[in-house]
Amino acid sequence: MKVIKKVLGEDLRQYTMVLALVVLILVFNIISDGRMLTSSNFQNLLSGNAYVLILALGMLMVIVIGQIDLSVGSVAGFAGMVMAKVAHDFNLNWFVAVLIALAIGALVGAWNGFFLAKLGIPGFITTLGSMMMFRGLVIWISQSISVPAPDELRFFGAGYMPEWGPAFTGMNNSTLLLGIIGIVAFIYFELRKYKHSGEISGQKQPMWAVVTRIVLVSAIIAYFTWLYGTGREGTSFPIPGLILLILVIVYHIITQKTRFGRHIYAVGGNKSAAALSGVNVSRTYFLTMMNMSMLAAVAGILFVGRSTAAGPADGTQWEMDAIASVFIGGAAVSGGVGTILATMVGGMVMAVLNNGLMLMGVGADKTQVIKGLVLLLAVAFDVYNKKTGKASIIGRLFPSKETEKK
Amino acid sequence: MNENPLILEMRGITKEFPGVKALSDVTLEVTRDSIHSICGENGAGKSTLMKVLSGVYPYGSYDGQIIFDGREMKFRNIKESEQAGIAIIHQELTMIPELSITENIFMGNELTKSGLIDWNEQRRRTVELLKKVGLSVSPDTLIKHLGVGQQQLVEIAKALSKNVKLLILDEPTSALNEDDSANLLELMRGLKEKGITCIMISHKLNEIAAISDAVTVIRDGQTVESYEVVAGQVDENKIIKSMVGRSIENRYPEHTSNPGEVIFEVKDWCVEDPEVEGRMVCKNSSFYVRAGEIVGFAGLMGAGRTELMRSLFGRNYGIYKSGTIKLKGKEVKLTSVEAAIENGIAYVPEDRKNLGLNLLDSIKKTIVSANMKKILTGGLLDSAKELAASEEYKKALRIKCKDVGVGVSTLSGGNQQKVVLSKWMFTEPDVLILDEPTRGIDVGAKYEIYKLIHELADQGKAVIMVSSELPELLGVVDRIYTIFEGSITGELMASEADQESLMKRMTVTSA
Repeated sequence: MKVIKKVLGEDLRQYTMVLALVVLILVFNIISDGRMLTSSNFQNLLSGNAYVLILALGMLMVIVIGQIDLSVGSVAGFAGMVMAKVAHDFNLNWFVAVLIALAIGALVGAWNGFFLAKLGIPGFITTLGSMMMFRGLVIWISQSISVPAPDELRFFGAGYMPEWGPAFTGMNNSTLLLGIIGIVAFIYFELRKYKHSGEISGQKQPMWAVVTRIVLVSAIIAYFTWLYGTGREGTSFPIPGLILLILVIVYHIITQKTRFGRHIYAVGGNKSAAALSGVNVSRTYFLTMMNMSMLAAVAGILFVGRSTAAGPADGTQWEMDAIASVFIGGAAVSGGVGTILATMVGGMVMAVLNNGLMLMGVGADKTQVIKGLVLLLAVAFDVYNKKTGKASIIGRLFPSKETEKK
Repeated sequence: MNENPLILEMRGITKEFPGVKALSDVTLEVTRDSIHSICGENGAGKSTLMKVLSGVYPYGSYDGQIIFDGREMKFRNIKESEQAGIAIIHQELTMIPELSITENIFMGNELTKSGLIDWNEQRRRTVELLKKVGLSVSPDTLIKHLGVGQQQLVEIAKALSKNVKLLILDEPTSALNEDDSANLLELMRGLKEKGITCIMISHKLNEIAAISDAVTVIRDGQTVESYEVVAGQVDENKIIKSMVGRSIENRYPEHTSNPGEVIFEVKDWCVEDPEVEGRMVCKNSSFYVRAGEIVGFAGLMGAGRTELMRSLFGRNYGIYKSGTIKLKGKEVKLTSVEAAIENGIAYVPEDRKNLGLNLLDSIKKTIVSANMKKILTGGLLDSAKELAASEEYKKALRIKCKDVGVGVSTLSGGNQQKVVLSKWMFTEPDVLILDEPTRGIDVGAKYEIYKLIHELADQGKAVIMVSSELPELLGVVDRIYTIFEGSITGELMASEADQESLMKRMTVTSA
């Protein structure tokens, strides 16, 4: 146990879900006779779920400030529809259409943010209103008919990274490069952390733990690089996956490394204390809501790109998947708790469940039931752990001295 | 009735939590019809003992014997202890603000007639009960419209409705002003005469001294001393000595200030109540503080001390009407807390848990939270700088914790307050406003906070200290302003003031 703790860090709880995800993938892989861990399946898994995961990024922040946004599905649908409409009806350049869609996201976010931040109407009500309004508007402007999207968008919704360079690598070189960048970056940050670890607290972490961690993570990155890089000719790590990856890094930094990020957690943890520490609470509310709707527009654009047309029902119930991802990732309903990375793991759990059950031939009806149960169990497990102060599954499997005493 | 002069005997009570022995072999004997005070530092085990007594910790989860009214009791829950005649009034009031007094008193024990609530009978009894506790308001008044003192009385009325024999009051006056406190103590004396025994847990030694018939001191989960006293003639120093296990020669550290220039000056400050239009919570308040000077604000609860301070701190409270603030001779307009912090003002709020801290945060995140600019590297928060800063304050203020990464919720009150103070010291303020900085903190930690306040003044900071405890103000500050109903009513040098002269100005407006 001590060994694991040294490698993964003190807070093991966040690894419970990672472990669950790994187990889930392996179990599905076995049941489906190896159809889970294939290049094409994982390529589809990522490009088919990127839009929900992007929504979950914004939703995490909304939930951390103690609010909820029910309008994201409708906003994504609306932004996507307007984009397709202006490009189709007015023959606008696809790039201009995308900018218009993003602007719509920002405007809707400002609308939601205004009611929440300036008038103090809870996000639940504000966004319930927006959800109805924008769903109605999508159907209104489209007259319930799908509108074809500019072809260029297909690249963003379902494209792959280009093929180049020598063939002897045996895989897509863009993917290989991405994997190498990932591994190098991880090693760099780990070593930098190691160098600084002893300076202040006087306790340097052991070298072997750092090395084990590097080997472990590098192996995982290498495996997925291989998995994504060795698919069919012309396929690679999908573009929506790349967009998601960049957004995850950006939002991880925003939430963990910027003052705005700290403000989000402060407002969610204790609004009055935050206000007395110089945090502008209403500005934080406003920006968080605005950011959410902009991400909803991004999700809408990617989805339209993938499906080559904007439909009147696009985005229906996406908010629910996004919210579920955030809570499976361990965020607190009362706000103040939750991270981007855990949310991504939560979202992947949902995605893998969907995908795995589909591979097994389980119908959409039963899949819904199972997903609902998983959400409930995951949150119940988390709440139970917090209440009793007991360790997570990993802690249970490898009881340490500290947990034994309890 | 019963020959036994003792109404309650707790023998050899031992209660263990995982890894901690909260109580070990505690004995408590309470004489019938008396007021018995229990004192001890925070975390000494007083509340745990009361939870054992009232059945919060059921029989079997502790060792030892409880003999109440001559019979051994094995309470499994609060309901059983209530039926036996034991009632607890907690520090935090537990009533529902949106319901009326009657509804709250009979909550959970509604009187019914053929299945429906018998409102007439409930109301009639409520009037009777309110008379007993000396509260003359309508039984239909909503709890939220009552003051804290009145709410406390309703709590007691609720206990009385259950035919209580033994009433336990946990820090009953901690939220009350002097008047209400005196009122409550008077009521306890009255209850004693009516045959209700009271156990009072309190930090306020003057109150213990005023009304106790017996005192038990608990320290580190053990009974240190228990003896009968004569109300009004209690040796407070003796209690302090056994509470802390050492004699505190002087409760307040020695200090001489060297005041410099006036660096904070407020003129004709007027603020309106945000909820009641036309009601002014600050009326033409003017005062000044010199660099290196500690200035006290004395006022009763509700006098407008906190309101004044919060309105000065970037208009965090109330509606600003008029008045000016001068910092180092220059007039500034502080329209937001952010601006106030940037201009070198810090405010440590009175309500630590609700206003001072985000209990979800770790120590290090809390310490840097009011001045994150200081730990930026290339626009991003630098965790190495954050760690360095928090380690520095941990050492300087002797914050007791495993490491600075642990949550602030795991700390004791005194250490939490040190974290809050660190957070504000990290903003490098020129003016520090401390609102009740020692509230809910035990004697030892208070001394450390006082010393810290003195150090801050020695560094040339202007310190404003708001406090309800007059001895504390007299012992720590240099100059005292008194405040009453939103107006500053007097200004005294601490060396020339005493409790009476202050109290006079805190209760009467100077014409």
